Amino acid sequence: MIKFENVSKIYQTKEGQIIALNDINLGIEPKEFISLAGQSGAGKTSLLKMLTAEDLPTSGKVLFDKKNVNLIQPKEMPFFRRRIGMVFQDFRLLSDMDVRENISFAMEVAGYEDEEIQRDVPQVLELVGMGDKINRFPKELSGGEKQRVAIARALIHRPDVILADEPTGNLDILNAWDIIRLLIKINELGTTIILATHDREIINSLNRRVITMDKGRVIRDEEKGRYIL
Amino acid sequence: MPTYKTLIVNIRRIAKAGWRSFRRNSWLSAATVLVMVLTIFVITGLLFFNVVAQGIISELKQKVDISVYFKQEAKEADVLAAKDQLEKMPEVKAVQYISREQALASFKEKHKDNAALLEGLKELDQNPLQASLNIKSDSATEYEKVAQFVQDADFSQLVDKVNYKQNKEIINRLSNITDTAQRTGLVISLILAILAVLVAFNTVRLTIYNWRDEISVKRLVGATNWNVRGPFIVEGVLYGVSAAVATMIIVFPLVALISPKLASFVPGNDIFSFLKENFFSLLFFQVAVGVVLGALSSFIAIRRYLK
Ligand SMILES: Nc1ncnc2c1ncn2[C@@H]1O[C@H](COP(=O)(O)OP(=O)(O)OP(=O)(O)O)[C@@H](O)[C@H]1O
Ligand SMILES: [Mg+2]
Repeated sequence: MIKFENVSKIYQTKEGQIIALNDINLGIEPKEFISLAGQSGAGKTSLLKMLTAEDLPTSGKVLFDKKNVNLIQPKEMPFFRRRIGMVFQDFRLLSDMDVRENISFAMEVAGYEDEEIQRDVPQVLELVGMGDKINRFPKELSGGEKQRVAIARALIHRPDVILADEPTGNLDILNAWDIIRLLIKINELGTTIILATHDREIINSLNRRVITMDKGRVIRDEEKGRYIL
Repeated sequence: MPTYKTLIVNIRRIAKAGWRSFRRNSWLSAATVLVMVLTIFVITGLLFFNVVAQGIISELKQKVDISVYFKQEAKEADVLAAKDQLEKMPEVKAVQYISREQALASFKEKHKDNAALLEGLKELDQNPLQASLNIKSDSATEYEKVAQFVQDADFSQLVDKVNYKQNKEIINRLSNITDTAQRTGLVISLILAILAVLVAFNTVRLTIYNWRDEISVKRLVGATNWNVRGPFIVEGVLYGVSAAVATMIIVFPLVALISPKLASFVPGNDIFSFLKENFFSLLFFQVAVGVVLGALSSFIAIRRYLK
């Protein structure tokens, strides 16, 4: 379903070149639940950005359903993006919209009917435990609450893949596990999940495939892996 | 496949989002509207300035038309023949014949309160006034030619006086002044209008710059360019309409206040009745300026964020 072929990403900065991704080769099958482990700066977010075409690789190819992501026409891009649900490390909620509107926006642009939006939005917010804060604005939410809204937004349009970048980074252990259980449930219903995290405990108890990155390289890729660094 | 129905739904959603953003970011909106009010105000002011200037110019031009007075013995037929000749000149726009009787009538009308003068007039057994031709031409500079023509014409011995000569100085000066005033007025108007438009555009540009992160998020969540651009354009239109209405609310009482003062030293220039007569076309013009300015500014400013 997803394939990285010799993908490298080099950022040019004032201090010189930064090799964020170094010759990555990966294959991901439908319905997999993958943990992406690695220290801060290892290149996890960069890898996810290649997949959503938020950034272009310096060299190499990223394939999604055998289609080269970097060759997608601007016109087709919105339709491609709707197949992916992204939970950003920094949430990226829309600041001038309240919680309900943030979620409905993703449905509106995907062309859902008003009735579906009215029905699904409260449901998904209930699911992430935000049912009672539906009219709050992002600036009125805690970090963990924003994270839940971001997760709800990524789920709402039933994407084929969910990319979750540190979705539990701002949550306490109990709440973090709620979110992980939610992701497992969604995965069981058939959605591919890629979870980037440096939480050792979560990775170890998931007992699923673990891809470990370090300094832009994949250093380990194991079925039923563990967090080893 | 986007069908007719989904198009309607999309337009409704875009309009709603634009209105929502306009309402919620009221401080930002107010600032933008204020700048656009200034812009539309400047443009409206220039419009009025040009109306007043045109009024003054045409008023003055009428004042300096050239009058040819005929001697008492000139027959009406001779005067009318002279009129025919003058009308054939390309420089001449119109010639008005004022017979001795008409001149007398208007003299009496003008001095109807002066009983002594009218008594004195009755004492005379003959009409003391002269027949005259009132000549208008397209511009003040043409008068020289007309005056020359009258001097050389075969009817010149019937002519008593041409009052152009006395006004020659004034006419020449005036034609210079009106020409330069018209030209510089136009240039200044254009420069001011362009400056105002640039300021308004830049304000919209800054507003959109503030939203650049949100724009990229919307795109990542799967919004099409129109999903992103639409609400901003709707918002721009709302800025424009509010600014136009606000400007009219300022302009109307202002003109009512200024108009009598202006009329007292520039006769025949009633800008308040001009405003009342043209109220809806002026409002339409202001709204059009506002809407085009707002929508176009948004459209252009957002382009770089949609690449
Ligand atoms: N836009 C950018 N410009 C320049 N350098 C960048 C950019 N984005 C990321 N980098 C650099 O690329 C490297 C990998 O960053 P990345 O965000 O992928 O790390 P990460 O594994 O997600 O880290 P974390 O766990 O802290 O989120 C880092 O050294 C980072 O400084
Ligand atoms: Mg990261």
